[in-house]
Amino acid sequence: MKFAVLAFPGSNCEMDLYNAIKDIIKEDVELVSYKNDSLAGFDAVLIPGGFSYGDYLRSGAIARFSPIIPALQEFAKSGKPVLGICNGFQILTEAGVLPGSLQKNVSAKFICKDETLVVNNDHSIFSSEYQKGQLITLPIAHGDGNYYADQETLKDLVANDQIVFKYTNNPNGSVDNIAGIVNKQGNVLGMMPHPERAVEDILGSSDGKGVFQSIVKHIKSRGVIYE
Amino acid sequence: MALVKVYVNYKKSILNPEAEAVHKALQRLGYENVEAVKLGKYFELTVADGKSKADLDAEINEICDKLLANYNMENYHYEIEETEAAQ
Repeated sequence: MKFAVLAFPGSNCEMDLYNAIKDIIKEDVELVSYKNDSLAGFDAVLIPGGFSYGDYLRSGAIARFSPIIPALQEFAKSGKPVLGICNGFQILTEAGVLPGSLQKNVSAKFICKDETLVVNNDHSIFSSEYQKGQLITLPIAHGDGNYYADQETLKDLVANDQIVFKYTNNPNGSVDNIAGIVNKQGNVLGMMPHPERAVEDILGSSDGKGVFQSIVKHIKSRGVIYE
Repeated sequence: MALVKVYVNYKKSILNPEAEAVHKALQRLGYENVEAVKLGKYFELTVADGKSKADLDAEINEICDKLLANYNMENYHYEIEETEAAQ
């Protein structure tokens, strides 16, 4: 199977993701420029963290109009897995692929440290390798990670079991301690913490591996989706 | 030409920690009569002539909805000034 890792001007985690897939997960992976307009041939798309377009206007607001985005929206609509991490999550909310938005951290500070998350949904495409209630440690590194959704949207998220990861010690003010959510269909995950920075013990934690292993397991058990 | 002044600010329900920090700084400086601070964005768009008022209104609203403001957390309003040499 083949992963695409998108790269926008200002992305800075694309090589971390690339290496996590290539060296640890041991699957095919290719960097895809934001200028491309096709994602044909890929089984899953990863959107990396960073500061696309310098976070000008709002985080993700300008990347959201890149040439690759219509192809990404189609890819997501077809039910194939899309994972947006950090700035990738921000791009997905700005593009309307995921509900809500990410605001400045309540402390108004950039926070860069390990956080403990609890797995809130262990049957998503992205979390089946974990157990519900399992605690995992992943690094966060963001200034705009405060997830906000209005009450109605939040009710939907809970009712549809779309909240995949929660913080145990909310670092940024996110509503309902949300660290990661999937869309209603369940094939698009956005999360602020960085699983790709926690894929081998030498990095301090390998708790992030499960996210990518879950995607691989899903794709290999599902067979081919024809568009 | 017309000069379009667009004001984008956070909805009431949205926390604005940057404005909070500015407010606290003002209090430290002794401006205790300042009761609240909002901190948003201001844009000036210089627009060529040739569109009716209604068409220009529709276009500016589209620009704001699409890019300048995020309806999840922000509101906007704008003013259109007719000008010979908008800067």
